[in-house]
Amino acid sequence: MSDAVEVKTLIIDEQEVSARRGQTILEVARENDINIPTLCHLDGLGDVGACRLCLVEIKGSNKLLPACVATVYEGMEVSTNTERLRRYRRNILELLFAERNHTCAVCVSNGHCELQTMAQEQGLTHVRLPYRNPELAVDASHERFTLDHNRCILCTRCVRVCAEIEGAHIWDLMGRGEACTVISDLHEEWGKSACTRCGKCVQVCPTGALFDKSKVGSDQPKNPDFLPYLNLMREAR
Amino acid sequence: MTIEELDQIAEATRAEYAKYDQEINVCMGTGCLSQHSDQLKDALAKQVEAQGKNVFVRRTGCMGLCAAGPLVLVDPDEILYQQAHEKHAEAIVKSLGGEPIKELQCDLREHFDQQVHVVLENSGVIDPEKIDDYIAHDGYRALLTALSDMTPNGVIRQVTESGLRGRGGGGYPTGLKWGTVAKATGDIKYVICNGDEGDPGAFMDRSVLESDPQRVIEGMAIAAYAVGASRGYIYVRAEYPLAVARLQASLRDARRRGLLGNNIGNTPFSFDVEIRLGAGAFVCGEETALIASIEGRRGMPKPRPPYPAVSGLWGKPTLINNVETFANIAPIIRKGGKWFAGMGSDRSKGTKVFALTGKITNTGLVEVPMGISLRQIIEVIGGGVPDGHKFKAVQTGGPSGGCLPESMLDIGVSYDALLKVGSIMGSGGMIVMDDTSCMVNVAKFFIEFCMTESCGKCIPCRAGTAQLHALLSKICAGNGTMEDLELIEDLCDTVKNSSLCGLGQTAPNPVLSTLKYFRNEYIDHILHKRCTAGVCNMKAEEEVPA
Repeated sequence: MSDAVEVKTLIIDEQEVSARRGQTILEVARENDINIPTLCHLDGLGDVGACRLCLVEIKGSNKLLPACVATVYEGMEVSTNTERLRRYRRNILELLFAERNHTCAVCVSNGHCELQTMAQEQGLTHVRLPYRNPELAVDASHERFTLDHNRCILCTRCVRVCAEIEGAHIWDLMGRGEACTVISDLHEEWGKSACTRCGKCVQVCPTGALFDKSKVGSDQPKNPDFLPYLNLMREAR
Repeated sequence: MTIEELDQIAEATRAEYAKYDQEINVCMGTGCLSQHSDQLKDALAKQVEAQGKNVFVRRTGCMGLCAAGPLVLVDPDEILYQQAHEKHAEAIVKSLGGEPIKELQCDLREHFDQQVHVVLENSGVIDPEKIDDYIAHDGYRALLTALSDMTPNGVIRQVTESGLRGRGGGGYPTGLKWGTVAKATGDIKYVICNGDEGDPGAFMDRSVLESDPQRVIEGMAIAAYAVGASRGYIYVRAEYPLAVARLQASLRDARRRGLLGNNIGNTPFSFDVEIRLGAGAFVCGEETALIASIEGRRGMPKPRPPYPAVSGLWGKPTLINNVETFANIAPIIRKGGKWFAGMGSDRSKGTKVFALTGKITNTGLVEVPMGISLRQIIEVIGGGVPDGHKFKAVQTGGPSGGCLPESMLDIGVSYDALLKVGSIMGSGGMIVMDDTSCMVNVAKFFIEFCMTESCGKCIPCRAGTAQLHALLSKICAGNGTMEDLELIEDLCDTVKNSSLCGLGQTAPNPVLSTLKYFRNEYIDHILHKRCTAGVCNMKAEEEVPA
């Protein structure tokens, strides 16, 4: 078998599609205009399979697989939008909204927040769970940007973009469970860290957790689309 | 080192011990050491000298009956003394050859007779810090036989034939796992021993590592030969200092004897093992998190596939098995896969070590054939619930196992049977609860454990366990509603099915199983503001007459 014939055919939501070997379910679905919701995934960054919104059902398996990392195989039958999956997605979003202090009305990202949009798309109308109301800090020590932990959903896009694309790796995680937080350097103020001030983390942040101080109130949507382009340019070089 | 040399060492060691009339074995596992069995051993040695007796005093590993420690076994008369202390040393030595001391004697025939020791065959018998003791008990014979007389594939066939399944909890067929790693391509392969035993109330792996460390090293070396690996890691909890010290000493001794290192047994096979210490994270028992931890990264699980067998430590094919799994290997190679498959039940072969804790008379370590009923383990071997209390539930499989009621006690212990009734085999923790335990509170306790040990990577586990804990706390405080119960069930379903790793996927088990078998207790708490076990402190209790 040569490379030329390594094409797989599979079924996603009753639609027959073809894919190259090694492609993820998510890639193939999006090529065919099948929408699978994601939060931690971002084109151009390595995948971690953490948000669990992209879980899909595979016929013949009782385990749900994250579409962002699960690769296709011949004859696979994928369901991306069953009632069960929709319920899990709503529950996961509900867990996120109740976990920290997401107050859309006063958020810099109101109107262009991926979490907010996702909740609307998934038909989340209210939160049944008690709000956790944790006391969290805001790090405004950086001259250009601010980190508001209240709005962080721990998707780790900032960690990955800084490590994988910028190569500075100033962001990482600290603590376990609910106490898990994003930190800069060895838990120092962002302003005093080795940050290169490139602003990539701000652009990829899906919520208002990371924002540009100069653009507050100016209704500036974030633009993470530079990543695939950047990767392509680097590969071409 | 060749088999002939091994035989010579074994002969010499046995001849050395044969010089003595009698042997006094003193348990020096962590349990008995905490009761100062080291002082007892010194005192016994002094008394033997003072009384001029020809007796050997030996340090051994765990004898199993930890609650009755320190334990002393006099051979060849097989007299077991319990709760023996320094002050008893003189009397014990005096009684040798005469009548045993009645007050100290421990007569628990039922406890021992029902057990079958494979993993624990040397525990409490050999000195864990002497490699020659291990060799005198057929140690390293399996490794050298495998190296000289068997192909790697032949080793895997024996393991497959034995029907051994992973003892860390997953129950994945060991032979199949070995075969996968053997087939994987890579310039270097690794073997990892998972000794990150983090379940509350579980101490099987600790005891094996403390009592018979060479057995685990031999198992790893055989595995390395079978899959084509050249380097091994033992990942142990830093909370097990004695196990770590004995492992370090054992690795050094094995290298000196030429049983680790280059060209083992004068064959081209080379293998060495390093120890890596855990830093106290429960989730690092999950294989991908453990691998991340060895690599020096934050211990967080990764989605599988790719499985470690294909891409594990530093992206290389990696075989990762639990301590107890490796401890089973040498006997399987020595006696054959068929012998092992002759024990146990239909799809769960061999024996399993359980750590019996909680409200049970004979707290300690037991090894039983698979398929034996829970009732036999708890009532016969464990001696039942003490102090006239009534048995209520047993939790198998650690913090993410289910709580099973009396009516379930007659099921045979096997991977599949336990899964069917809403629990898991887990690594072998077995916590017995009596009528003084409130099952809602128990569920709350275990979900709290999972909540604080969640790594925080995936949302269902991180936020879901926290919400479950809050809801259960609300019920325990007498403020719960029937709607909360529905919400708990919905959340449990989400956490169980959408979490990334085993921690989250099994975290709801204690809640789901108590809801299934002890629902009336939840309803009592919610509707009648009553905790029958008297554990939960409910403010509203006086206002609502029961």
